[in-house]
Amino acid sequence: MADNVTPRVRVPRDATAGEEITIKTLISHPMESGQRKDGDGNVIPRSIINRFTCTFNGETVIDVTLEPAISTNPYFEFQAIVPESGTFEFTWYDDDGAVYTDSKDITVG
Amino acid sequence: MAFGSALAAVMPFRAFAAVEDNIAAFTGGAAVGSEGITLIAPEIAENGNTVPIEVNAPGAEAIIVFAAGNPTPSVATFNFGPMAASQSAATRIRLAGTQDVVAIARMPDGSFVQASQEVKVTIGGCGG
Amino acid sequence: GNWGKLAAQQALSQSDLLQFDTFGNVSLIHITDIHAQLKPIWFREPQINLGVGSNKGAVPHITGADFRKLYGIEDGSASHYALSYDDFTALGQAYGKMGGMDRVATVVNSIRADRPDALLLDGGDTWHGSYTCYKTEGQDVVNIMNLLKPDAMTFHWEFTLGSDRVRDIVSDLPFAALGQNIFDAEWDEPAEDFQPYQFFERGGVKIAVIGQAFPYMPIANPGWMFPEYSFGIRDQRMQEMVDEVRGQGAELVVCLSHNGFDVDKKMAERVTGIDVILAGHTHDALPEPVLIGETIVVASGSNGKFVSRVDLDVRDGRMMGFRHKLIPIFSDVIAPNAEVAAAIDAERAPFLDELTEVIGKTADDTLLYRRGNFNGSWDDLICDALIQERDADISMSPGVRWGPSIMPGQDITREDIWNVTSMTYPNAYRTEMTGEFIHTIMEDVADNLFNTDPYYQQGGDMVRVGGMGYSIDVSKPIGQRVTDMTLLRTGEAIDPAKTYVVAGWASVNEGTEGPPIWDVVENHIRNLGTVQVKPNTSVKVSGA
Ligand SMILES: [Mn+2]
Ligand SMILES: [Mn+2]
Repeated sequence: MADNVTPRVRVPRDATAGEEITIKTLISHPMESGQRKDGDGNVIPRSIINRFTCTFNGETVIDVTLEPAISTNPYFEFQAIVPESGTFEFTWYDDDGAVYTDSKDITVG
Repeated sequence: MAFGSALAAVMPFRAFAAVEDNIAAFTGGAAVGSEGITLIAPEIAENGNTVPIEVNAPGAEAIIVFAAGNPTPSVATFNFGPMAASQSAATRIRLAGTQDVVAIARMPDGSFVQASQEVKVTIGGCGG
Repeated sequence: GNWGKLAAQQALSQSDLLQFDTFGNVSLIHITDIHAQLKPIWFREPQINLGVGSNKGAVPHITGADFRKLYGIEDGSASHYALSYDDFTALGQAYGKMGGMDRVATVVNSIRADRPDALLLDGGDTWHGSYTCYKTEGQDVVNIMNLLKPDAMTFHWEFTLGSDRVRDIVSDLPFAALGQNIFDAEWDEPAEDFQPYQFFERGGVKIAVIGQAFPYMPIANPGWMFPEYSFGIRDQRMQEMVDEVRGQGAELVVCLSHNGFDVDKKMAERVTGIDVILAGHTHDALPEPVLIGETIVVASGSNGKFVSRVDLDVRDGRMMGFRHKLIPIFSDVIAPNAEVAAAIDAERAPFLDELTEVIGKTADDTLLYRRGNFNGSWDDLICDALIQERDADISMSPGVRWGPSIMPGQDITREDIWNVTSMTYPNAYRTEMTGEFIHTIMEDVADNLFNTDPYYQQGGDMVRVGGMGYSIDVSKPIGQRVTDMTLLRTGEAIDPAKTYVVAGWASVNEGTEGPPIWDVVENHIRNLGTVQVKPNTSVKVSGA
């Protein structure tokens, strides 16, 4: 299991009804590609985040499949519609079975 | 100049046959157009291990990204849901040398469009 | 001899050098790439500075007699000496050293006497390039430049002080630290420590100065020293910034740039609404601005040799005309400003013994210089030092454009050595490379210089090579430029499969090991006593 995996997200606190907002996410993770070798010449096993999803009030914004070519500390930026107040849920799925989550509430005023 | 050890990353690569197979697997061999998709990537990567890219294909269901010169070309697939405000996304990718980055979008009518851009990965000049 | 020197200097006067018919309502003063040269220096301009693609044969890629012919400069004149390379030694005897920030202060003050609210803009590569700058982490240059009261600055080598130190200095700067292309690498947002632009109200004109830092910082310099930042040209954002400042009422838009001249020309073609680009990084000195569309591009040299004055007539929100002068800082003719001179000496005082120690001298037939696309005698000497002191087959020295010259028959002091080697990643590595890999390096660096698209050019010169000759066709694409690589020691062709011992310095890789380059060069010069560098004929150039 990768150590110190910490997700961070940037979502505006509030929006107007129907506003299109930009979301940025980062998760600290080595994204070990499975192609590197250690000092003894042994292949370091692959260990990556392989899927990332963002939903708003249960409906999908984006669902990403990640391959080992995604950089260390995977970063995503995308746009979401905010028709009403609610909650963004962010989920990262690790090769090792671990699941990391974060959520952000947004208020439509 | 980055001379020294970390040099393997700059050997020039040509597109491998692998990327053609990967593209065919996504498109099912369908013809691929070039309108309605943009791919933004730097001309020169500041760091081949973390190259910012941005894809945008209005109306697309999904966009798949390949690094044509990587030993394993697949990079990511973005599937857009009903709450996506645009069919666009940005991320950071690893490039093993100067090569083309390719983005292909699958549209709701089953058609495909493609954009590509060459990104130069260099060991660097020196400067004034 | 002395007679010539007297005659030449009598022909020059401070008032002539500063003479300027004040024009319009705004004055800009531009200085750039001083590389921490606070004292007057010798500095020979390049003999070879090839342009490619649409810049082939265009300024600044014109040198020597062709350059003088283009600008109507008389052979043997002061401008010949200041702006071209040939007869440098003889003309140097007549006209003396150039630069010195105390002389620059005199020029700046004189312009401000004409136009009290003139803007002084520093294009960067300021806090780098000398012994004292290294030892004080840039503080000596910061202190001296503050006395000149700049209004804004942008950046390149400054970042090699490390981002903590840069933020430290910037937080105390009494003027604007600008860079619209300096981004926070983590979140891809404009970095908070640097503003994209600054507004000034001068001569009743609303002026916006937009900063453009060196775009390729993490490639040309060690990115691990400033990992929080990302750069790039970002010309789309430049357009947004221009539109934004115009929207806020800017009547004059000035871009203080460290792109390099050809990159600036391309940016001027792609971004509309910039009136003046003050160009830096490529160290070109041009007697006239180059006009691209409605943008003028001004190039003000390096190492403190020149200051540009640009007077502008701005009316009804438009630049209606300009008058320009590239002022050469002849140090024997322009009187030093006493306050700045004393401050420079005070900065140097704690280091004076180390600075002035004589390590060796140049032979009567040897001028040490650096500028030129392929060779410089200074670099030839450094490459020899690396081969001798590090017991290598081949040596490599970065093709940087800073570093003063040393006249024939002159003492070489420790300060002189540091002036061409000072940097924060000085370790002289020793490693093995295959012939194929050496070729890859040569091609890679050549493409950073000779790619026909300026946006792929990084503004340095070709890596200097010792122990190996080669041919280069600059008109070819990457992978095909460099041929006939030959090990000079044996005369044999470089074998792609064979391994060679390569010594070099200025690696951008973290953890590079080896003695600092200044020690390597100092030992070598000490051993030689008198340094003689033979003309270098090991690089054969074609396609120019
Ligand atoms: Mn410079
Ligand atoms: Mn520079």
